[in-house]
Amino acid sequence: MGKLLSLKLKIWRQRNNKEKGFFKTYHVNNISPNSSFLETLDFLNNQIICNEIKKESSPIAFDHDCREGICGMCSLYINGRPHGPDNLITTCQLHMRNFRDGETIYVEPWRAKPFPIIKDLIVDRSSFDRIMISGGYISVNTSGNPIDGNMIPISKDIADKAFDASICIGCGACVVACKNRSAMLFVSAKVSQFSLLPQGKIERKRRVLNMVNKMDEEGFGSCTNTKACEAECPKGISTEYISFMNKEYIRSFTI
Amino acid sequence: MFYLMSHNYLKLNSKIPQGSIKDKWENYKSTLKLVSPNNRSNIEIIVVGTGLSGGSACASLSELGYNVKAFCYQDSPRRAHSVAAQGGINASKNYKGDNDSVYQLFYDTIKGGDYRSREANVYRLSEISSNIIDQCVAQGVPFARDYAGYLETRSFGGTKVSRTFYAKGQTGQQLLLSCYSAMSRQIGKGRIKMYNRHEMLDLVVIEGVARGIIARNLISGEIERHAAHAVIIASGGYGNVFFLSTNAMGSNASAIWKVHNKGGFFANPCFTQIHPTCIPLQGDYQSKLTLMSESLRNDGRIWVPKKLEDAFLIRKETKKPEEINDEDRDFYLERRYPSFGNLVPRDVASRAAKERCDKGFGIENNETKEGVFLDFSSAIYKYGQEKANEIGIKKYNDIDIVNLGEKIMESKYGNLFHMYEKITNKNPYKTPMKIYPAVHYTMGGLWVDYNLMSSIPGCYVIGEANFSDHGANRLGASALMQGLADGYFILPYTIPDYLSRYVKDPKKISITHEEFEKSEINVKNRIKKFFVNKGKIPVDFFHKKLGSIMWEYVGMSRNHVKLSKAIKKIQELRNNFWENVFVPGKIEDGLNYELEKAGRVADFLELGELMAMDALQRKESCGSHFREEYQTEEGETLRDDVNYKYVSVWEKEENKSISDEIMHKENLNFTFVKVQSRSYK
Ligand SMILES: Cc1cc2nc3c(=O)[nH]c(=O)nc-3n(C[C@H](O)[C@H](O)[C@H](O)COP(=O)(O)OP(=O)(O)OC[C@H]3O[C@@H](n4cnc5c(N)ncnc54)[C@H](O)[C@@H]3O)c2cc1C
Ligand code: FES
Repeated sequence: MGKLLSLKLKIWRQRNNKEKGFFKTYHVNNISPNSSFLETLDFLNNQIICNEIKKESSPIAFDHDCREGICGMCSLYINGRPHGPDNLITTCQLHMRNFRDGETIYVEPWRAKPFPIIKDLIVDRSSFDRIMISGGYISVNTSGNPIDGNMIPISKDIADKAFDASICIGCGACVVACKNRSAMLFVSAKVSQFSLLPQGKIERKRRVLNMVNKMDEEGFGSCTNTKACEAECPKGISTEYISFMNKEYIRSFTI
Repeated sequence: MFYLMSHNYLKLNSKIPQGSIKDKWENYKSTLKLVSPNNRSNIEIIVVGTGLSGGSACASLSELGYNVKAFCYQDSPRRAHSVAAQGGINASKNYKGDNDSVYQLFYDTIKGGDYRSREANVYRLSEISSNIIDQCVAQGVPFARDYAGYLETRSFGGTKVSRTFYAKGQTGQQLLLSCYSAMSRQIGKGRIKMYNRHEMLDLVVIEGVARGIIARNLISGEIERHAAHAVIIASGGYGNVFFLSTNAMGSNASAIWKVHNKGGFFANPCFTQIHPTCIPLQGDYQSKLTLMSESLRNDGRIWVPKKLEDAFLIRKETKKPEEINDEDRDFYLERRYPSFGNLVPRDVASRAAKERCDKGFGIENNETKEGVFLDFSSAIYKYGQEKANEIGIKKYNDIDIVNLGEKIMESKYGNLFHMYEKITNKNPYKTPMKIYPAVHYTMGGLWVDYNLMSSIPGCYVIGEANFSDHGANRLGASALMQGLADGYFILPYTIPDYLSRYVKDPKKISITHEEFEKSEINVKNRIKKFFVNKGKIPVDFFHKKLGSIMWEYVGMSRNHVKLSKAIKKIQELRNNFWENVFVPGKIEDGLNYELEKAGRVADFLELGELMAMDALQRKESCGSHFREEYQTEEGETLRDDVNYKYVSVWEKEENKSISDEIMHKENLNFTFVKVQSRSYK
């Protein structure tokens, strides 16, 4: 076990969507480098709650659930980077060994128009759900009698490629990493997964059109190929899927 | 009183159909009443939970034309904790030709559950399993494939065949996202109304049948009333009673506990699965434990040092595990259970790890010293050699082989190894993983009949929230199977039989009905209590305390004294909680995580007591339930089939305390498998 850390945290506080937010400074001591970033926030919250008995302030609201990098519920810019300084992880997987003793850490909510702030560090990402509703599926009924799974052989390469797109956790890091606040990586991952697989090919045109239109309607920006999304995606989803989707999109008009 | 007993005895009718086990489900389906398509849109169904079970139920029922209202506490249905399932999903497809069959899967599951589950339910599950894979493929789940393009499988514990389908270490995510896609399609059509960030806080029962719920909007704080013709509970497991578990932070027992309080029977509450391969506890700051999938036991060998001094040096970090020779390693599972080796069922593997650590062979450098190695070096070498042969390298050295082997491991378990490294800062390709058992799954849950209906008519329970299929121990990769079986293929057949009563007169219930009023007042009063309380202690304190009581006294190894102590301690803690808990903020503030946690912990504090009571009455050892008084000379579980071959079914009467709950017995009849002692030796 390494040396315990003392840190200064500057955390965004905002009561609700209407009031203005501000940074508030907190100090925490004796943080184990092996604890996770969210456990440090738990620790701070515990401190705040104990002080609040003396009426100081309310605990910091932040989203989280699985705490193992798969549900996509946690978010946060940490020192300006979505999911913090380490690569290929979510905030809940970030460990304090990535920080130096005495460091000041800035913690902010996702900032993007289609993700309005609800409270403190919590934002509303239902725009992603609405994009999915517009076409992120294969229209097969679920309690039916489909053919045997092995009747549709799928080459390993294609299956793997579809899988690599499918692992998106819908956290929104791609959007908030992008200077245009584009959701292209998110949308392309879903479009690619289904368009690559034989089961999803039948609806490919309609799907890509609807999802891209919905994305625009929700107010996400357009892609200018800076690839910041790929760099910050906790699952390392490649921008190749964006190129793939662009082709799918054009194809939907032509053929 | 007598009337009450016999009346409840009727409620305990499991409705298992007559006939040969092979024909039960098929024949039964033909007897079930139907609701015609044009009548379905007049019928409303509430589904609490959007994991694999709830999500699949929502999709199927709305496609059939029913009006569905779905609830989850996360910000999107896609985040239900099913998303975290790693290893895979079982199906008896026999694609590998290793003599798998519906019967074999059925038999393995019954035996795995230590003969404490219902034959008919398990057989049906096993029959449906193959359909689930086909369904998921059709929906675009990118399961692992071999080079010819066919579906790949791997092995899980407690079986001798390879029947587990998977998508790397993210099977749950892929299955859940396909449910979510199917749901999205129906949300778009307006057939599902989705209530994200809502928590169910009560079940509304009118004239003896379930007619709605009370839910709290977690953003605005408003208490809402929702009415329906039937309510489906799919709220997952209650492992978080132990505070530390592999469950999500928000996983809770509140939905099922409210149903229990309204008269729903609770079955086998003490059957808790402790999973052998989780990352050991690091410190008291820790908020949860992380699973390392059982699939790793396909390729990992579990061991501790043979010599106490080696264990000591490893804990001190002055010796590395790599420096210990094979002959000085104790591969204790291979030693004790040669026929299943590292792939024994979870309860067996967990107890064996505890046995070694209790004897002082633990290797973790923490307070408890509890930890064992999960070592991949042999597998890496074996795969490397195979690959080298395959690509025809003639002269290869060990480094090349290891490099090739590591690539193969990466393709199989890449995300798990990555997760491990991020948490522990150790590279599992180079040094063995350290692992230890942790609370993972609850086999117990609300009692349901063959139709998956609870003892309250109109209230159905599916997925981990019910008790039905896994007996005293669940085999790996069978929870995903059960969740999807319940939601895609069972409920859509059984629920119309109940709903058909509303066809002639869909009489919608008004939310102004007095029972709604009453429920709402109760919910509000309880919330108010938290705020007027002038306590000084945060909720987490109580939750951690409860967790440590549960782990110590109602955990992997139980006895009469410990359990009696646990009951007392939990009661005391509960009183302390209600006197001293502090919830910050104001009622009218809306979003308040501390308030949410307080409500959940209050329910855990009740359920925990029932779990201990259940463990106390079951004077035998079976599956996950290990009573120290009842073991063989070799330290294995000792079942008592004469006296305990039953499901314990608990009934809570209104306004009575938990210690006054009445226990009913549902006797288990085994007519198709021979009840034997469970051996994996
Ligand atoms: C880390 C991990 C790995 C696993 N790996 C495997 C595996 O490889 N194979 C396998 O077969 N099984 C595995 N399991 C078990 C399996 O994942 C679960 O048993 C199963 O997914 C549970 O599904 P469910 O639908 O019952 O509940 P969940 O997926 O837990 O969903 C619960 C739902 O209920 C909602 N909810 C809960 N309470 C309330 C409330 N009060 N009000 C409103 N909504 C509520 C939640 O929002 C959520 O939508 C694993 C479990 C864990 C924890
Ligand atoms: S909390 Fe689930 S991904 Fe971070």
